[in-house]
Amino acid sequence: MSVLDSKVPKGPLKTKWTDYKNHIDLVNPANKRNIDVIVVGTGLAGGSAAATLAELGYNVKTFCYQDSPRRAHSIAAQGGINAAKNYQGDGDSTYRLFYDTVKGGDYRSREANVYRLAEVSANIIDQCVAQGVPFARDYGGLLDNRSFGGVLVSRTFYAKGQTGQQLLLGAYSAMNRQIARGKITPFNRHEMLDVVKVNGKARGIIARNLVTGEIERHSAHAVVIASGGYGNVYFLSTNAMGSNATAAWKIHKKGAFFANPCYTQIHPTCIPRSGDYQSKLTLMSESLRNDGRIWVPKNMDDVMAIREGKKKPTDLSEDERDYYLERRYPAFGNLVPRDVASRAAKERCDAGYGVNATGEAVYLDFASAIERYGKEQAKIHNINNASADKIYELGAAIVKAKYGNLFQMYEKIVDQDPYKTPMMIYPAVHYTMGGVWVDYNLMTTVDGLYCIGEANFSDHGANRLGASALMQGLADGYFVLPYTIGDYLSHEIRTGKIPTDTPEFDAAEKEVTDKINFFVNNKGSHSVDYYHKKLGNIMWEKCGMSRNAEGLKEAMAEIKALREDFYKNVSVPGTATELNAELEKAGRVADFLELGELFAKDALAREESCGGHFREESVEIGGEQAGEAKRNDVDFAFVSAWEYKGEPGDAVLHKEQLEFNEIELKQRSYK
Amino acid sequence: MNLTLKIWRQSNAQATGKMVDYKVTEISEHMSFLEMMDVLNEQLINSGEEPVAFDHDCREGICGMCSMFINGEAHGPDRGVTTCQLHMRMFKDGDTITIEPFRAKAFPVIKDLVVDRGAFDRIQHAGGYISVNTSGNTQDANGTPISKHAADEAMDAATCIGCGACVASCKNASAMLFVGAKVSQYALLPQGQVEAVDRVKNMVAQMDLEGFGNCTNTGACEVECPKGISLENIARMNREFLSANVKG
Repeated sequence: MSVLDSKVPKGPLKTKWTDYKNHIDLVNPANKRNIDVIVVGTGLAGGSAAATLAELGYNVKTFCYQDSPRRAHSIAAQGGINAAKNYQGDGDSTYRLFYDTVKGGDYRSREANVYRLAEVSANIIDQCVAQGVPFARDYGGLLDNRSFGGVLVSRTFYAKGQTGQQLLLGAYSAMNRQIARGKITPFNRHEMLDVVKVNGKARGIIARNLVTGEIERHSAHAVVIASGGYGNVYFLSTNAMGSNATAAWKIHKKGAFFANPCYTQIHPTCIPRSGDYQSKLTLMSESLRNDGRIWVPKNMDDVMAIREGKKKPTDLSEDERDYYLERRYPAFGNLVPRDVASRAAKERCDAGYGVNATGEAVYLDFASAIERYGKEQAKIHNINNASADKIYELGAAIVKAKYGNLFQMYEKIVDQDPYKTPMMIYPAVHYTMGGVWVDYNLMTTVDGLYCIGEANFSDHGANRLGASALMQGLADGYFVLPYTIGDYLSHEIRTGKIPTDTPEFDAAEKEVTDKINFFVNNKGSHSVDYYHKKLGNIMWEKCGMSRNAEGLKEAMAEIKALREDFYKNVSVPGTATELNAELEKAGRVADFLELGELFAKDALAREESCGGHFREESVEIGGEQAGEAKRNDVDFAFVSAWEYKGEPGDAVLHKEQLEFNEIELKQRSYK
Repeated sequence: MNLTLKIWRQSNAQATGKMVDYKVTEISEHMSFLEMMDVLNEQLINSGEEPVAFDHDCREGICGMCSMFINGEAHGPDRGVTTCQLHMRMFKDGDTITIEPFRAKAFPVIKDLVVDRGAFDRIQHAGGYISVNTSGNTQDANGTPISKHAADEAMDAATCIGCGACVASCKNASAMLFVGAKVSQYALLPQGQVEAVDRVKNMVAQMDLEGFGNCTNTGACEVECPKGISLENIARMNREFLSANVKG
């Protein structure tokens, strides 16, 4: 038997979670007061977990690098959160959400986990409404829904284009209640720099106070990592500048297996890059694809004329436009899943049809939507023979109500008015489906060490559907972890307070301090960003939207060489005993320089195309699906979980075979 | 374009700070303000000097981490944006730009342009929540209809990102716009009614304790707020506060 035990309970899929909850061990309230839990990261997963664990009675310490828990990058999620409420009566159900998520993930996720996610989704909405999250409502006062890519129902709840912000503020408010009661102690502007293991169990962390530089020891009976994804390994992504993989990578180096690092989501609708100085990329919510139509010119002459500024996109007639998603995927059209939409954009741009100076942009056009809404409004308001201007005015008002803040954001960045001219968009790194391997309990391969939210690998397979990240983060934090961690902690009631003056803490602290001292004393010649940009470039060129064996081998070698150069020549100004952003970045980039290599190794080992992982060697040759990604279920229907062995290149692969009992494996067709 | 920057440098909370001049060249108008700061910092690092410390994170105007008082305005000259969304096209070649931290007694400087806004968190600990357990065993989300108007208005208040521009812009360093927005979100929703009296009293008490000034209806906060939080929220908080005190 493999060392990997997913611990999925026996029994029928539909009752697994309920039966399991009924039989796990509980901790009595008096004992909970004697148990400490550390939560690293305060986004949707960490924030909701911290609040719930504290409410249950555990003593919780939270850690975040931002100045307040409420600034975690979950806040930037725009479009919405899925839940199988079927308020629209359009045929939604727990099963359908489960099915869509497994299919959308290209059959590379664990059935039992996904079903549980779908099952608790409806409760999330109830919970958030009770907390005062101001979701969008219809005129009758009931909740409104919109539709997202890869599904045929409207199950997405939203709060304008700021759903992540509102849900995070909700989780933060739940935290506030516990902070006020003294059950959560927040450590803001703190960064976890290592986990401490005692007799094989996670027993605490080493953290740095980012204001004073002080290195601190914190002990606990269990440690929860909720530190988000590793998209910033690409340097340019839609992640926040501070988003990092350090907590996840440090636990990997201490024994937690890292799963499917090559599964990265490249989001189709982001603002294209404009220059070398660019520090990050900005997402335009997928919800825009509800109403926006994506196109490039049909004729190369028009492409050239647009690039040279001789023509405007609005000059082109319908016949001169190639709505390539509608052409290639008539059933789903502009609402195909993200991986499919991104590759289709790359295909057109690689063929030379990109519409801006860099050749890396396609149009997202709202003209038809504005006209459609305008006509509808004219009818509602009994305006007969409305002029084109009137229809435009009425339609634009509806589009503004739906997406106003996104349009404003676009205009501020690009300096063009998207009500008048189509937006330009291009895919960008957005989310990482891969992450720390966890079992059904969300525990890693280290006892007492849990991983939730984007930081784990569990629910999205090889591609995440839109509006499912918020769902997963909150499901893990509010409704899954609080049960499963109790089962583990029920065996800790006699342990007592964990001391921090032990050899294990000494050793972990020394390792952290040595590393910091190395950086501030290494008087090299290049900034941290110099290396981060170089790494990002290798990742984007060779581990980006399409990958091949040769490129991946090169990437591994190049990243290794870059890492060696980094340790020789990196320069970190300032000292270790003050607020030092360069020092923080140095530690994070050091970890990315290792993770990137494992990423390439994983991508090389997975000789199939699935979801966000597209191998040029594995495409459909003929038939209706020619040119589409070709999955290989016979050889690759497994989770790749990597064990750290000293160097990323030496990592050892463990396979968790995926079993599909409820869903038949099929090629994903959105045609 | 080429620019002169006058930047507040202060090595820590106890140190005395001062304005220092820097030059940056070949700045593209398409850069964001923070990307221009990145260019400056890269330049400083390469010449062996300490880079300027400033807060930033999401760089898309939603996390509320970035601050900076630019040419005398919180988040700079543009309207409806945070510093990270401010673009260099708002400036001209040859301009001198003054960059200071958000200044208020309740926001002590940590280093250079970084300030401590922990007071905002403490105000929210005092009452910025609805006391429901996170068990999920609440009523169905559609159990209580809420008028679209109330939900939209609550959303407008809830859109506050807690950046502190209101405090920095106010001559009294008042936090009334921030607290007003937080109180309003709950005051406008039926879920928030049960604890309304205690909430407004506790949050206002904490606000006073933190050393923020009073509101004298100047309205600078509303003008500088990157999220367009309206003064109505202050009026609503005052009504809530008055009624809470009358009710006892």
